[in-house]
Amino acid sequence: MSDVLEIVDLHAEIEGKEILKGINLRLEKGELHALMGPNGSGKSTLAHVIMGDKRYKITKGAIFFNGLDITNLNTDERSKLGLFLTFQNPIELSGVKLFTFLRTAYSVHFPNDNKTFQEFITFVQSKAKLLNMDTSLLSRNVNEGFSGGEKKKSEILQMALLKPKFAIVDEIDSGLDVDALEAVAKSLKETIYTEPKMGSLLITHYMRILKYLSPDKVHVLMNGKIVMSGDYGLALKIEEKGYEWIKEKN
Amino acid sequence: MDKREELKDIIPEKNYNGNFVTRARYPHVFEEGLSKSVVEEISEIKKEPEWMKRFRLRALEIFNSKPIPKWGPPLDLDFNKIRYYVLPDEVKARRWEDLPQEIRETYERLGLPEMEKKYLSGSVAVLDSEGVYANIKKQLQEKGVIYLDTDSALQKYPDLFKEYFMNIVPVGDNKFSALNGAVWSGGSFIYVPENVHVDLPLMTYFRMNLQSEGQFEHTIIIAEKNSSVSYIEGCTAPIYNTSSLHSAVVEVYVKENAKVRFTTVQNWSHDIYNLNTERARVEKNGKMEWVGGSLGSKVTMLYPSSYLVGEGASASHLTIALASENTWKDNGAKVLHLAPNTSSKVISKSISMKGGVSVYRGLIRIPKGAYNAKSHVQCDALILDENSKNFTYPHNEVYEETSTLTHEASAGKIGEEQLFYIMSRGLTEDQARSMIVLGFLDDVLKEIPLEFSLELNRLIKLQLERYGGTG
Repeated sequence: MSDVLEIVDLHAEIEGKEILKGINLRLEKGELHALMGPNGSGKSTLAHVIMGDKRYKITKGAIFFNGLDITNLNTDERSKLGLFLTFQNPIELSGVKLFTFLRTAYSVHFPNDNKTFQEFITFVQSKAKLLNMDTSLLSRNVNEGFSGGEKKKSEILQMALLKPKFAIVDEIDSGLDVDALEAVAKSLKETIYTEPKMGSLLITHYMRILKYLSPDKVHVLMNGKIVMSGDYGLALKIEEKGYEWIKEKN
Repeated sequence: MDKREELKDIIPEKNYNGNFVTRARYPHVFEEGLSKSVVEEISEIKKEPEWMKRFRLRALEIFNSKPIPKWGPPLDLDFNKIRYYVLPDEVKARRWEDLPQEIRETYERLGLPEMEKKYLSGSVAVLDSEGVYANIKKQLQEKGVIYLDTDSALQKYPDLFKEYFMNIVPVGDNKFSALNGAVWSGGSFIYVPENVHVDLPLMTYFRMNLQSEGQFEHTIIIAEKNSSVSYIEGCTAPIYNTSSLHSAVVEVYVKENAKVRFTTVQNWSHDIYNLNTERARVEKNGKMEWVGGSLGSKVTMLYPSSYLVGEGASASHLTIALASENTWKDNGAKVLHLAPNTSSKVISKSISMKGGVSVYRGLIRIPKGAYNAKSHVQCDALILDENSKNFTYPHNEVYEETSTLTHEASAGKIGEEQLFYIMSRGLTEDQARSMIVLGFLDDVLKEIPLEFSLELNRLIKLQLERYGGTG
């Protein structure tokens, strides 16, 4: 069966305030969708709700993964099914080495893979090099003192190791200068396009990262709803005209 | 790469889960209660010299005259409901094979014989009140190193014993040191001659087996000039419903330019009062290192002390304490800078969970004249839920202007964001929490001998991975 991630009439709130007001979205195996929208439209909320962040309360609607209703599953169970979220602001884990973190996560996802310690080092290092990532980061605490670009690359490395079926990529372009953006976008492309191709939902404010990744579809989220969908041309139009014209249309 | 990560795969798990009972012979099990005749009988069974018997009786008087300390955790202890002497078997073996089968199996289950073979220079096993096993590598013995249970040391080396017994910890130091003076039994006695370095650690395993039992070991470590030794203690007991009492005295003598590391891994069951007095005297340029991982027990009071009496002496105190349900962990450190250019470092990490209470209680004293003394104290607490508590009572007394003392403290909870982040990588909530806790402890875990840092790692994981289940 082909993989499908489907979101149906999803409503979610935090501290009594409704953020998502009826989202519908269908992502199929290997598809790359971009989700754009102005600040505060609910993009990151959607990313967190798909991954099961308990700080948000789902008040209506459902999320399906290959037909299975995962609306009430724990975050770790969603991860094991094959969902992944790269964080906009990756969290620091004091005293936890990135290498240990990767190895633990990997062993949870692939319990039958019995790479030895040395084999795992080689494996991780080769992945890291493919992403042009400084391997000395592996022996540092997760995200502690990492630069913006290093944090984002570390997220992509995790994604590359865990090989999810669907990745939600939340504003991976935020806080990066032009050079770092290019490097991160290339790493991301490398990871998403490695066969079997991942399905991915790329959340962004800006056009610039989409130039590297050419999405199949582009959605615009405003005030908790997807108000417009289209092809790559829609992103180009937003780049040119901003979001005002869409607001006026709705 | 972190060495520990690699070793995790290689080193077999040892069993610190001591919840099982050894069926030993028990020729002497005292009735509950403490009196002059109990003390006399202990001394007679041990065939001690007269001076020791008199010493014990005087200690008993001091014990009776002192009130229960009220400044710390609640001690609802009935001293008449404790057995003060429990002899498991009249055996002093030097080879594991020579132990009665039931006793040998106990230690095999705890993994001691295998560890001795692989990682240790020698080991001693104390079961209930008596040492049942002691062995040290031959080449160390030839160099004059002594490693015995303390009773045997009194018999074999009476003069050496007398010189150091209850010296840095005077019998009247506190109510529990007096109790130990009266009914002490078992413990380790280590003597390292000048210029001798004991390369691998020595390890003593203390085990309490019966209910309502008291264990009052007395450990003495003497490191002569330019010598070094690392000593490790492990402690366990099975679970009963009545209170037991473990009240040890540890005396460490670090001579000029010598180095001693004292590591404790305690995993007591939840009915044990664990009230100890541990102290080191450190001479010129000597180094004392206290490393403690303290889990379990009902109440623990443990404040290892370093008296830095010689110029350039140093002490480091690293403590991890985990207080879970029905546990009060009162841990801390005491350092007296009694000479110039002395230095100390205290790092304490406390975790409170499931309603447990953890306390850091510390004293650093730098009197006038301790020129350029330096001290750094760091106490961090992690509180895992609303029902659990942590208190920090640091006392810093500095009277010397040229000295420096820095103090850092933090108290925190686990952030939901952190849990979500880790869980989004496939770890369960309990696994995520355990990862955060071990990260919090990393400053200390990385300082502990590898073997034991891994062991503590596992013990703590075990506690935390049951967190959701029984919380």
